[in-house]
Amino acid sequence: MGLTLAEKILSQRAGREVRAGELVVVEVDQVMVVDSIAGSFFKRLEQLGATPRYPEKVAIVIDHVAPAANVEVAKAQKEIREWGKRHGCRVFDVGRGICHQVLVEERLALPGGIVLGSDSHSTTYGGVACFGSGMGATDIALAAASGRTWLRVPESVKVTFRGRLNPAVSAKDAALEMVRVLTADGATYMSVEIHLEDGAESLTRSQRLTLANLSVEAGAKCGLVVPSGEILELYDVPGWLYPDPDAAYVREVEIDLSALTPRVSVPFYVDNVQTVDSVMGKKVDQVFVGTCTNGRLDDLHEVAEVLRGRRVAPGVRMLVIPASSQVLEEATADGTLLTILQAGATLGTPGCGPCMGRHQGVLAPGEVCVSTSNRNFKGRMGAADAEIYLASPRVAAASAVAGFITTPEALEREETHA
Amino acid sequence: MPRVWKFGDSINTDDILPGKYAPFMVGEDRFHTYAFAHLRPEFAQGFRPGDILVAGRNTGLGSSREYAPEALRKLGLRAIIAKSYARIFYRNLVNLGIMPFEAPEVVEVLNDGDEVELEFEQGVLRRGSETFRLTPPPAFLLEALQEGSILEYYRKYGKFPGEGTP
Repeated sequence: MGLTLAEKILSQRAGREVRAGELVVVEVDQVMVVDSIAGSFFKRLEQLGATPRYPEKVAIVIDHVAPAANVEVAKAQKEIREWGKRHGCRVFDVGRGICHQVLVEERLALPGGIVLGSDSHSTTYGGVACFGSGMGATDIALAAASGRTWLRVPESVKVTFRGRLNPAVSAKDAALEMVRVLTADGATYMSVEIHLEDGAESLTRSQRLTLANLSVEAGAKCGLVVPSGEILELYDVPGWLYPDPDAAYVREVEIDLSALTPRVSVPFYVDNVQTVDSVMGKKVDQVFVGTCTNGRLDDLHEVAEVLRGRRVAPGVRMLVIPASSQVLEEATADGTLLTILQAGATLGTPGCGPCMGRHQGVLAPGEVCVSTSNRNFKGRMGAADAEIYLASPRVAAASAVAGFITTPEALEREETHA
Repeated sequence: MPRVWKFGDSINTDDILPGKYAPFMVGEDRFHTYAFAHLRPEFAQGFRPGDILVAGRNTGLGSSREYAPEALRKLGLRAIIAKSYARIFYRNLVNLGIMPFEAPEVVEVLNDGDEVELEFEQGVLRRGSETFRLTPPPAFLLEALQEGSILEYYRKYGKFPGEGTP
């Protein structure tokens, strides 16, 4: 019996063949810490009486509340800067961007590598076939202190995407469909191994990151996209970094990209996925484009395409937050941001923004937000009864213009008939 | 006597500790007072050390924020009985020394407010004259828990439970 992609990566690192169910202790390439757990991380290291074993392998990213929202946060971020300097660890400061995007841009997450992050969406690195997994402060501190972590080699669910997305559909729709099919705990403790076939190999790095990002919403330990297409051009992909054809999977799922229609995840769970048609017309108060799921350049391009020559509806706030300073620069240079701003949207500092309800776009009671992010839990973006609908950048942009949930195609039909 | 606080399926880390009440937002000394602030506002006031959390499927899904279970630990939680757990949350519980029992049948029969006694080393739960057996976590995790926490274990042995030579 062959090995899955997760088994391949962990075997390579363990220096022996390991199988699902085994416990391994492996070296990690990079430990990623975000501002919001940095304090706990420092505290745990203190409790251990340890300092980072390999300072160059520890990166702290100030992104969850950037810039600081209050004095408590400002103090915590000051400590991060001082701590980073003292221990020789990288600190990506306010404005550099969202941890996952930054680690990919900085090439700290690479094919075949292992990156542990203090953020659950560290599965994102799987978009470039890097074993990325989220853990809490204690595990992250142990990884920093030892350079290693313990892992149970996960079973794998194989998800095969076939065909090409039609122009009205995004990788986000494919990701939401995957979560719907797997359900919120359908891949708990497992690796979601994503295969792209029959044209789907053309999905870009950005689109693959979106798929891997959402895999944690099915409970996954990691979401690994088998390397192909653009990944082979951007990276030196080692020859062993492919699953064996006779690898064993717990479950196999197929999703036809060419038959997919726009999706939306309705409150209050990510796997409450429906077609946009079923919630079309729902009035929105805020639209948020950004986050580690959909704040990249191609996402902003899709938004600009919809917004060009149109205006955000009166009474609707549209907040756009590029995922990183690099995205911000590129979207400025190519005119994308001008289009977005001319439509009446507003910008935030590269970072996580209002995704977890801490600042910059918190929702009032009863408000409705269409967001390109990855979670719509009750109270996540503010008031307990505010509603978050998760959608693609295209659907988010069209909804901002209409003032209610809609697609660019439906918007255009309506405008033509008006 | 310790009481049961019963929740349903899919309680997530935003339920357990909403993001806006993270320690670095509101202070280390206060954050735990916001546990379940949206879902069950009386929780933090009413929870007594030793009380037990009982929950349904996929308990703790969502964020890796360890300060969610840490808030519960600060309130005096030592054990959770659930139908199943989300992965990161499960690791965080063990790391904080909160014993995660997985016992779907027991969850079914327990009610909110039940008075119970739990001997968690043995995994024995008593309610009046009834006794329930709970399966403890895997051996290597218990090895860590027996030292108090995985941090203590690592500090003492310089390696992880189940690991050969460091």
